[in-house]
Amino acid sequence: MMGVFEWGFVAAVFASATPILFAALAGALCAQAGVFNIALEGHMLWGAFAAVAGSYLTGSAWAGVLVAIISTALYALVLAIGAARFGADPIIIAIGTNLLALGLTGFLMRAMFGVSGSFAPRGLEGIGTMPALAGVPIIGPIFAGQTPLVPLALVLIVAAGLWLRNTPGGLRLRGVGTHPDAAESLGVSVRSTQFWVTVLGGALCGLAGAQLSLGNVTLFTENMTAGRGWIAVAAVILVANKPLWLPFICLGFGAAEAIGFRLQGIGAPQQLTDAAPYAITVVVLVLTRIRFGTRATPAPA
Amino acid sequence: MSTATLPQRTETLPQRAMRHPAVVPVGAVIIAVLIGAVIMLAAGLNPVDAYAAVITGSLQLGSLDYTFSVWGFICGMGLAAAIPLRMGEFNMGGNGQMVLGGVTAYIVAAELGLPGVLAVPLAIVAAMLVGGGFAAVSAPLSSRFGIPIIISTLLLSPVAVAIASFLVRFPLADTGSGVAQTPRLPDDAHIWALGGLRYTSVGLLLIVAIMVVFYLVDSRSAVGFEMRVAGANRKFAAYGGLVSSRLALGSMAAAGAVAGLVGAIIVMSSPFRFIDGALVSPGYTFAGLAAALLAGGRPALVPLTAVLFTILQVGGAAMERTADVPRQLSDVVQGVVIVILALRVVLDARRSGAGKDA
Repeated sequence: MMGVFEWGFVAAVFASATPILFAALAGALCAQAGVFNIALEGHMLWGAFAAVAGSYLTGSAWAGVLVAIISTALYALVLAIGAARFGADPIIIAIGTNLLALGLTGFLMRAMFGVSGSFAPRGLEGIGTMPALAGVPIIGPIFAGQTPLVPLALVLIVAAGLWLRNTPGGLRLRGVGTHPDAAESLGVSVRSTQFWVTVLGGALCGLAGAQLSLGNVTLFTENMTAGRGWIAVAAVILVANKPLWLPFICLGFGAAEAIGFRLQGIGAPQQLTDAAPYAITVVVLVLTRIRFGTRATPAPA
Repeated sequence: MSTATLPQRTETLPQRAMRHPAVVPVGAVIIAVLIGAVIMLAAGLNPVDAYAAVITGSLQLGSLDYTFSVWGFICGMGLAAAIPLRMGEFNMGGNGQMVLGGVTAYIVAAELGLPGVLAVPLAIVAAMLVGGGFAAVSAPLSSRFGIPIIISTLLLSPVAVAIASFLVRFPLADTGSGVAQTPRLPDDAHIWALGGLRYTSVGLLLIVAIMVVFYLVDSRSAVGFEMRVAGANRKFAAYGGLVSSRLALGSMAAAGAVAGLVGAIIVMSSPFRFIDGALVSPGYTFAGLAAALLAGGRPALVPLTAVLFTILQVGGAAMERTADVPRQLSDVVQGVVIVILALRVVLDARRSGAGKDA
């Protein structure tokens, strides 16, 4: 009954969801620490470029992933220093770093590799898949054709959720977000916690970008994140900062994207299927607010 | 106001000059230009040639007509960002509002078969209504459902861009051409040019008029005052009896209407058709947002700060042609300006000695 087509679809959902999952995890951790991180889009885009550049220059996809993680964490320093260290408005910094990422990746693609629009050199190494899993039931059909980053995203998100809920470290992090003054009086430095969580979020966005440019495809195109970072921000708002719910939300977005690809295959206009995940996100945001009868809550700033 | 409380005798002239409100914005621009130069040097490019090309490409006599029209568009999108910014909200959906305005203007001007005297004004009004209505949706999403305006505008914008793109590629498409675009508008439905100019049109005058209205409303009217109060402190505004949901609705509708107007002007100007991507890809929305942030949302300053981003935008293309520097450098400089501006809060607090509680 469950033929190749269905398993292939499930695998496609996981592939589409993974970059959003990493970014949403970054956003959720920042939100727990009281930083409204809307720089995810730019961080992910920078990570996608760094991964491709790293893989191309070293000849190794995993070196590319490492470059993405480190350089995106460094890129996140702008937000970390500005917002956590100096207390500047994280929204304005994020608007700036998002635009900067768009400009810098486009500029560097032209200046370093002499191409515009899209960079897919011959011999660019993508992240390998895990064919060893092929024999395992259920897990095999979903993950055998995927990069190790796909299951890693799920493992990290569960680990982070449990860590937040059950450990003193997690409690401290949540304390920083909910009662900064209380946390400070207990000897937890609010600023340095927020600083390091923001940098860690950058590293996670580096993984998101690497999966996008070296996992799902093997190329970099200008603005290839195309709003996935914003969907991740919406997902964080949607689950009210409870990371353990993120996989379900992100898989929903992944499904919307995968269904869109299928519909394009049978002739639906690409413009409309591209727009579907955004429209669905807004509708789901509204529906959850109605369903839970939540009163208007101000933006977590 | 802070100078009155400070001991002025001990202050030297340079210290007083440093306190001038223009220091931070001008400083931000200078630092951003220098960082852009460092990036170019690192990439083995010549920053002097590049910036010279930016200036000559945008300000030489032959290109001034075009530069003026782009300045109008960036001022328009600057207003679309600045109006909600006045009450502390970020309208990031300018692209969606602009393309919906553009496509509406095309439909009204091309499909209704009205004479030009009616077609042009009606198309503009319809574009402003649709752009404003679309943007206004974000206000109840925020006040009723707690979805921040910055998020809803960002999520709704690509939907609008996709719908416009679909309309232009299929129902409204110029079937005779391989490009995704509508047919040319009838001669009657072209927006009126100013004198013998090719690009600058009556649309520029409309945008200037709206800037004046925004300035007057902001500085002279009760609504303008309420918006600024709401922007400064939402809780205090509510205590004072202001309905911030209604203010948000009004300011988002006004912002979307200006963005819709910009879309209408672009479509009804040369080459007189809706070309898919032509409204979004020049980046007027973000240049406008950057101009609004640099102006701190102050209506009188937006046209000034817009000049800078116009020079970057128009000159960027020239820089690419003559100095072989990728035009994305304009985005880099814009991004750096915004980041430095975010840090101005810190600088302002330090300079006025108000400490971290300010």
